[in-house]
Amino acid sequence: MGKRFVSISLRHFRTNWFTIQRPGLRSVPFVLANPDRGRLLITQANRLAMNLGVYPGTALADARAMIPSLQAFRDKPAFFSKLLDQLAEYCIRFTPIVATHPPDGLILDGSGCTHLWEGEKRYLDEIKKRFERLGYEVNLAIADTIGAAWAIARFGNFSISEPAQQINELLPLPPQALRLEIDVVERLNRLGLRTIDHFIRIPRAALRRRFGQPFIQRLDQAIGKEEETIEPIHPIEPYQERLPCLEPIVTATGIEIALQQLLETLSHRMQQEGKGLRIAIFKCYRVDGIVESIEIGTNRPSHNIKHLFKLFEDKISTIEPALGIELFILEAKNIEPVVTTASRLWENSKGLNDDEICELLDRITGKFGSTSIRRYLPDEHYWPERSVKLAGSIDQQPTTPWKIDRPRPLQLLSHPDAIQVTAPIPDYPPMLFRYRGKLHKVIKADGPERIEQEWWLGTGEHRDYYVLEDEEGSRFWIFRSGHYGAEIPQQWFLHGYFA
Amino acid sequence: MREPNHDIISQLQQDILRMQGFKSSIRADGQHVQLGPINQAFPNNQFPIAAIHEFLAESTHQQSCSLGFVSGILSTLMNPDRVVLWISKDRTCFPPALPSFNIQPDKIIFIDLKKDKELLWTMEEALKCDALAAVVGEISDISFISSRRLQLAVEKSRVTGFVIRRQPRIVDANSFVSRWRISPLPSEPPTNLPGVGFARWKVELLKIKNGKPGAWDVEWRKGKFRIIQVPETVMLERKIV
Repeated sequence: MGKRFVSISLRHFRTNWFTIQRPGLRSVPFVLANPDRGRLLITQANRLAMNLGVYPGTALADARAMIPSLQAFRDKPAFFSKLLDQLAEYCIRFTPIVATHPPDGLILDGSGCTHLWEGEKRYLDEIKKRFERLGYEVNLAIADTIGAAWAIARFGNFSISEPAQQINELLPLPPQALRLEIDVVERLNRLGLRTIDHFIRIPRAALRRRFGQPFIQRLDQAIGKEEETIEPIHPIEPYQERLPCLEPIVTATGIEIALQQLLETLSHRMQQEGKGLRIAIFKCYRVDGIVESIEIGTNRPSHNIKHLFKLFEDKISTIEPALGIELFILEAKNIEPVVTTASRLWENSKGLNDDEICELLDRITGKFGSTSIRRYLPDEHYWPERSVKLAGSIDQQPTTPWKIDRPRPLQLLSHPDAIQVTAPIPDYPPMLFRYRGKLHKVIKADGPERIEQEWWLGTGEHRDYYVLEDEEGSRFWIFRSGHYGAEIPQQWFLHGYFA
Repeated sequence: MREPNHDIISQLQQDILRMQGFKSSIRADGQHVQLGPINQAFPNNQFPIAAIHEFLAESTHQQSCSLGFVSGILSTLMNPDRVVLWISKDRTCFPPALPSFNIQPDKIIFIDLKKDKELLWTMEEALKCDALAAVVGEISDISFISSRRLQLAVEKSRVTGFVIRRQPRIVDANSFVSRWRISPLPSEPPTNLPGVGFARWKVELLKIKNGKPGAWDVEWRKGKFRIIQVPETVMLERKIV
């Protein structure tokens, strides 16, 4: 049995995509344009625009001269090539072998698949229907060769080429249908060879001399004299493991064994690919149709079975097996490559990058949530509350050094506490102050250190900080908010304690 | 001829232990906590590393002083590039103050929890992790059984633990290796200059296993502990609140 290829022409898939995103564009002519040599060149026009005479390759300004209301969007070539890959993956449902044919085509190897849809006509109808439901206009054809299917999909007025009949069906088509270079097509046109029929009987040697080897190759590929290979896409298998159970599982031990088995297979695969998981979900399908699931997250990608098991272990008790669990699924939601460092045997000064510390933090995160773990980096602010920022990741390094030029208290109150003071004006430290009913006599003092409010971040008065020591030797950090004034009450606050 | 042989043998023993990844009570890199005369109170004249030290902080000021003293010890333990876990609830410790105790605050991971039970679980897990230099826990009350659990974890992993007991209600027997109380002392600026001088504390070692308790006046000056004077060595104030 011969091969049968389906070629899908997605001539308008880029404009179709815009229409899917914004249904309002359905009845509006619009184009996609990209800058090219200092002007905007149309790369694709939707059907309405093409009906009005706007074609790809025209400058946008020229098109606007014809249709003043023409809308234009920026083309995104990288995105659309990815979209084409996704559409190819979507086609895996029709055949296991799918390849993209850039810029706007897909090739499906339909050999031995069509009978599942009861014939080629229904097969093609189904593909067409599916794409139209998604919102894409397609033209498609099935033939013995890739070249013929491509030609018929784009230039033919039918879609099924009977087996071994592709030569006859190609004859009335124009030479562009052979996927030729533009200048070859132009030369053929100039010579009056407007259909394939006109030159197919010309001796090969003469054709090769005039139009080159690629021309002959394309011709042979279309009529089936030369084999053409395609590079099928390989969709990434989801990182998912399943374990169906013969008997429903009701005990915690049973769940643990299932989890252990799934983790082993999953992490074996991840190990071979050099990957580790960041988020994993363990789902238990119960007999009564309810799905129980537990989720874990790690600070760094990991494929360490023992560690992952430990993270899950804390949560196993939350699973309610009820009448029993018949299917376990372990799914890795987030996969990242693992950076393996040569592990040293006894020296353990890897600092923050140590695996053991990360695993410990994962366990703490799993139990109390990630907000309980805080690491601080210096921030470029003098205002005490803003002088530190939270580190984004476990191994983020400070970009600026920690400041040591000013005294800072070892304990800082989260909110400054108001105190009553006796202080000589204008800038002297207090002589006495009362805090929570206790009178402190100031023996030694340093200051003031004025810290201005950063007006672009907050409002309020500046602060004048003093370091005080009372008669017992206790050391305080207090500040006066704002200037002295006749009618303003003095605002003094205790903000921290020195060691 | 006996003397050099003995040296070589002990050196070889050390090397073998190190190759096996075994940590002796002296740090492998030979650094130990420099506490001057206080070291004489400890067994082997060395600050016990694989142990848990308890600090009583009956007031906010004692709390600050304890934090200061612990930070001073941590600066040696964290050297070079090791990590400390600081576990607390209602934490008041202000990281920008730590560089003055020779500590890189970004090497400290703060764990802020809500309940004592969570705190004890985390401390135990952390003390089992031998990649850490030390674990600091701020907790007010701890039962004998909990303290025993922490001590057992430490004996295996050889991590140093510090338990700072903020306003403890009951101070009774536990299985920690030592009990300290650090209180503030008036500072003395050099040659009667005005202003506040270096941090100065009264360090009381109330209890130490296999050692001699005592009390010292200690100053933190230029990144080092400096013992001002050694009052009567047998200042055994067994006055436990």
